[in-house]
Amino acid sequence: MLHLPREELGTLRDWVRSGYPNETCGLLLGRQENGLVEVRRVDRARNLNRERARDRYQLDPLDYLESERRASAEGMEVVGIWHSHPDHPARPSESDRSAAYEGVSYLIVSVSAQGVGELRSWRLRDEVFEEEELRA
Amino acid sequence: MSHATVRIPTPLRSFTGGADELRVDGRTVGEAMAELGRAHAGLLERILDARGELRPFVRLFVGEDDVRHLDGLDTAVAEGAVICIVPAVAGGRP
Repeated sequence: MLHLPREELGTLRDWVRSGYPNETCGLLLGRQENGLVEVRRVDRARNLNRERARDRYQLDPLDYLESERRASAEGMEVVGIWHSHPDHPARPSESDRSAAYEGVSYLIVSVSAQGVGELRSWRLRDEVFEEEELRA
Repeated sequence: MSHATVRIPTPLRSFTGGADELRVDGRTVGEAMAELGRAHAGLLERILDARGELRPFVRLFVGEDDVRHLDGLDTAVAEGAVICIVPAVAGGRP
C-alpha cells in the first residue's frame, strides 16, 4: 500500500497539469517497510527526452542524485518514481515495464486537456507490474 | 588495491539483498563494479552495457565527481572512497 499525503498529492497534480501535453516525472521520497510505502515528499525532475517529451521520459540523473542526497540527510530514501501519461490511462506501458526495477513504487498519473485524471500505483515483481493500493 | 564503499540506490537493492551500502576492493571504478557484479547477479547489467561500458543515463560518482568527467571506468579509487550509483530511470506512455 502506498500512502501519499494530500498536500503532496496536490503538488503532484499541479506539476502534471502544468506539464501537459508533455510527460512529467520525478521521485517519491519517504520510508518503506513490510509492504507499506509512506511517501513524505514528492520531488519533480527534469525529463531529458526532449525529442519524445510527449510520450517518453528519461529522468535527469543529476536530479535523482540531488533528491537522493537530500532525502538521506532527512532520514528518507527514494521509495518510488512518478510520471504522467498524457492522454492515456494510468497503466504501465511496455516501455515502463522494460525499464523498471523491483523494490520501488511506480505512480502513474493520467492527464488530458480536461485536467488530471486517475492516479494508480504499481510495483514490479518477476518482470510483471502489480497494482498496489493507493491512499491519499 | 583500495577499499571503497559503494552506495546502492533503492531501485538496485533488489540485487543486493536490500543492502544500501557495500564494501568492495578495486584499483579503479571498473574493478569495483566488476567485484559488485560477481557478488550480486543481475546488478552489473543495469550499470554496464554488453560492451562493458557505462549505460547511457547511468551515473557513477566518486565522491562529488562524475566519472564521465574523469577517466570513466578507469578512474582510480582512493582508499576509503565512496562511489555512488545513480540508476537510469525511464519509461513513458504506450
